[in-house]
Amino acid sequence: MRSSWRLFLLLAIGLALLPAPAAAQDGEPTDDEVNAIARGLYCPVCENVPLDVCPTQACAQWRAIIRQMLAEGRTEQEIKDYFVVQYGERVLAAPPAEGFNLLVYLIPPAAFLAGAFMLARIIRRWTRPASSAAGAPATASDDPYVERLEQELRRRA
Amino acid sequence: MVANIGYFSLVLAFVVALYGAGAGAYGALRNRPAFVESARHALLLTWPLVTVAALAIITLLVRGDYEVAFVASVTSNTMPVYLRITALWGGQAGSLVFWSWLMAAFASAVGLRKWDRDRDLLPWVVVTTMVTLAFFLSLVVFFENPFARLWLSPQGEQLTALFQPAGASPIFPSDGQGLNPLLRHPGMVIHPPMLYLGFVSFVIPYAFAIGALATGRSDDRWTQITRRWTLVAWLFLSLGLILGGRWAYDVLGWGGYWGWDPVEVAALLPWLVGTPFLHSVIIQEKRGILKQWNMALIILTYSSVILATFLTRSGVFSSVHAFAQSAIGPMFFGFIGVTFVASVGLLIWRWDRLAGENHLESMFSREALFLLQNILFLAIYVICLWGVLFPLISELFTGEKVTVGPPYFERASGPIWGALLLLMGVAPLSAYGARSGRSLARSLWKILAVSLIVPVVIAARGMTHPVPLIGFWLAGFVTLVTAYEFGRGALARRRSQGESLSLALWRLIGRNRRRYGGYVIHIGVVLMGLGVIGIELFQAETQGTLAQGEQLTLGRYVMTYDSLAQWDAADGRNITRASVSVYRDGRRVAELHPRRDYYYASQQPMTIPGVRSTLEDDFYVLLVGWEPIAAEGATFKIYHNPLVNFVWLGGLVFILGTLVAAWPERDPEAARVAARGPAVSLRGLAG
Amino acid sequence: MEAMTQDTPSSPPTASPVRRPRWGVVVVWVSLFGLLALLGTGLIRSQQGPINVGSRIPDFSLTTFDGQTYNTADLRGQVILINFWASWCEPCEEEAAELEQAYQGYRDRGVVFLGVNYVDTQPEALAYLDRFGITYANGPDLGTEISQAFRMRGVPETYIVDRQGILVSRKIGPYSSVSEIEAALEAAIGMAP
Repeated sequence: MRSSWRLFLLLAIGLALLPAPAAAQDGEPTDDEVNAIARGLYCPVCENVPLDVCPTQACAQWRAIIRQMLAEGRTEQEIKDYFVVQYGERVLAAPPAEGFNLLVYLIPPAAFLAGAFMLARIIRRWTRPASSAAGAPATASDDPYVERLEQELRRRA
Repeated sequence: MVANIGYFSLVLAFVVALYGAGAGAYGALRNRPAFVESARHALLLTWPLVTVAALAIITLLVRGDYEVAFVASVTSNTMPVYLRITALWGGQAGSLVFWSWLMAAFASAVGLRKWDRDRDLLPWVVVTTMVTLAFFLSLVVFFENPFARLWLSPQGEQLTALFQPAGASPIFPSDGQGLNPLLRHPGMVIHPPMLYLGFVSFVIPYAFAIGALATGRSDDRWTQITRRWTLVAWLFLSLGLILGGRWAYDVLGWGGYWGWDPVEVAALLPWLVGTPFLHSVIIQEKRGILKQWNMALIILTYSSVILATFLTRSGVFSSVHAFAQSAIGPMFFGFIGVTFVASVGLLIWRWDRLAGENHLESMFSREALFLLQNILFLAIYVICLWGVLFPLISELFTGEKVTVGPPYFERASGPIWGALLLLMGVAPLSAYGARSGRSLARSLWKILAVSLIVPVVIAARGMTHPVPLIGFWLAGFVTLVTAYEFGRGALARRRSQGESLSLALWRLIGRNRRRYGGYVIHIGVVLMGLGVIGIELFQAETQGTLAQGEQLTLGRYVMTYDSLAQWDAADGRNITRASVSVYRDGRRVAELHPRRDYYYASQQPMTIPGVRSTLEDDFYVLLVGWEPIAAEGATFKIYHNPLVNFVWLGGLVFILGTLVAAWPERDPEAARVAARGPAVSLRGLAG
Repeated sequence: MEAMTQDTPSSPPTASPVRRPRWGVVVVWVSLFGLLALLGTGLIRSQQGPINVGSRIPDFSLTTFDGQTYNTADLRGQVILINFWASWCEPCEEEAAELEQAYQGYRDRGVVFLGVNYVDTQPEALAYLDRFGITYANGPDLGTEISQAFRMRGVPETYIVDRQGILVSRKIGPYSSVSEIEAALEAAIGMAP
């Protein structure tokens, strides 16, 4: 019985010592904290304007909402989710990687790999192996003129 | 009167351009040289005609003839003369005329060159340039007429038309709306012209490429002729983009210079494919390979130019850059369809003729590394194109609008930019033809080892984040390689020619302008890279509301709010200007004046930052315009941007490098001989 | 001399030159026409105006600030007035009082007023409703789905729908007077049931 009380006390002290999010402790969130979150969001009305620099009155209202939610202790993810529910997915700076939007992140690497693969096949068909190259092996010459001369001679061969 | 003259001049230019295209095509297909020469004359006639129209618009703008709708929309009584002239490109109609004027000018420059050689390419160059010119003129003549006047219909509606509609009466406004305040900035004065110069000048290499495809030629003449054009086009495009960034940095008030806005990215696309093109034509000239590849690249460049112009002007996107929605969208779409299909069709038709003369002999040869660079640039191109198109695709298939913004672009392309930087260091040390990986490594490892000093020193001084360390290391590596190239060449010359070192260096550069000019440009890229690393990875910001006398701290800097002044300026704006003192490590280093301008006519506010710029960093202060500004309390936003001025410095070095690379030889024939190296003169001797 | 400086093809290489691969041609044409189709559709969309009078409106459901839900599909048989507004929209204020007045006059005649609050913040929206004494149903356009379905370009916009769900009149911008609203409502009520 007593040991479990001690354990409980230890736990309570430990929890009290855990750093709590600054916003919840200090009260009023700073402009910087609001801006840090607003940077990752876009103005729902004006296209392609980030929320921290948008000058319209509506955007000022949205920043006020962020401030209020921070004061309530919400996390960045919760605030972003709230904005998505309220205003749609376009308020996020990049689409969430789910559903149809997965294509944003998958197509470029897929296209690149496909292109690289095709190019590799073409080059392999096209490349003559270096060992059968006509002429003497290249002597690493310092003089660019001599080198160019050799290249020209090789070309003419 | 002036407006009517201007409009008819445009109509004439349109007709002449169409004739030129038709006569050129007919002359080429039926082998009638007379028609080809007539087409060339038509081409030369277009420029004076479009100049008359442009001068007409400028006259109307400067005079302030507000009954002309375009003038009323972009000028106002309080605008100074120089701004009225630049208002030519401040609106859709005027900027289309400006585009056309540049196109006609460049076409004429090409039309005036000596055409005794390569006469078979002439008709197709005329056709391509004149079709492009005719298209842009058609937009102005039929849809966005800068000379249309304002009329009041009997029903009380405001109409715009060139000639008086039935029953309508003319309107003579006493003042215009004025240019958008965001556009009244020196950067905005040069950014569009520079960008249009870049776009338009890429039409010329494309025209020659089409000529080569149409005539079925498989040689390098088209790349040789257009070599300088491409270089200068590349410079204009790069400067246009950099100036746009500078404008955004100075005026848009978010402490940055590139927001990955869809219209910005669209304008970047031609650069992303023009830069690899610039490099791979060298390979074509030296090794006779990659001919199909280069054709594809220049077609893609031209197509990207038209695509970017379409996306900016059609209203498909809305952004700070875009023009208002307009009827020219469908016309653009038709033109894109026709030109894309025609270019691709031509290339596929002539594909086999463009087979290379040599082979890629080693994956470590210079050709292979250039090809790798090309592929990496195209990867970034695909990333950017996809990012621009995806919102359209998403809306089409799911109905959901999404934003594809900086996190996508930066994370996807970041590592590729780094790889390109690495290549810039490796490629100069490579050689053409059969080379083993080992020989490349042998040339590399010493410089690589020395370059590692840079990250080690930086890390020792306390900065240990891996990404910027790699960035700085790469910058150091490329600088070392470039310096080594200059040094090695100069020393070899000194040894063989017995010249002093500085003379050797001068002659070296003079004899190999393209190569060493290119190296200078690479240094410019390194400088820009430094600036980008500084501002992207190390930017700090803070915001706070201060009463007079209070201060805000950011890192080593402290800023005090000293005073506020407010007054009405002569050009129709109300200025609220704060004075702040900036202290660094306790020492006062600057007094800055961020201000907010409010333009009465357009009811638009604009915040101009106060900036302290040094090579090391920028201290950038903004008055937050949408909060109240008073002595009792004003909200300030401060950005600390390390190394950002290297970005602009890099741009200046681009100019220097391009001047070196493109500087004409005294005797063109001798230059062509010299460029091929001494082997050619020996060849000549051998007969 | 000229001929010598031109590129002369070397002897026929042992490996075959890059023949034009059929699948490559197919991929290129498919992507090209795909791109054109995409741009064309995007262009058509951007050129599309608002919903035309005489066509059916897209059905939607609106949950008011009080928690009640209205489904336009369930409201068949009644005339509906749909008004898009926002607290930060100055022109909206010009018609706010007139809309409430019209509502008071027509609520007993089976006309439903739905106010759709476009990208707004709840405290400011409720304050706006309070200020103009608006009593008809108002709710937020969550995820901007409703405004997107109506291809709304700006606020305020008002759509009046007859008993079959067909658009009878639309107003882009604020109404200038109560009589204008009443005339539009009368026209909708007068349509055959």
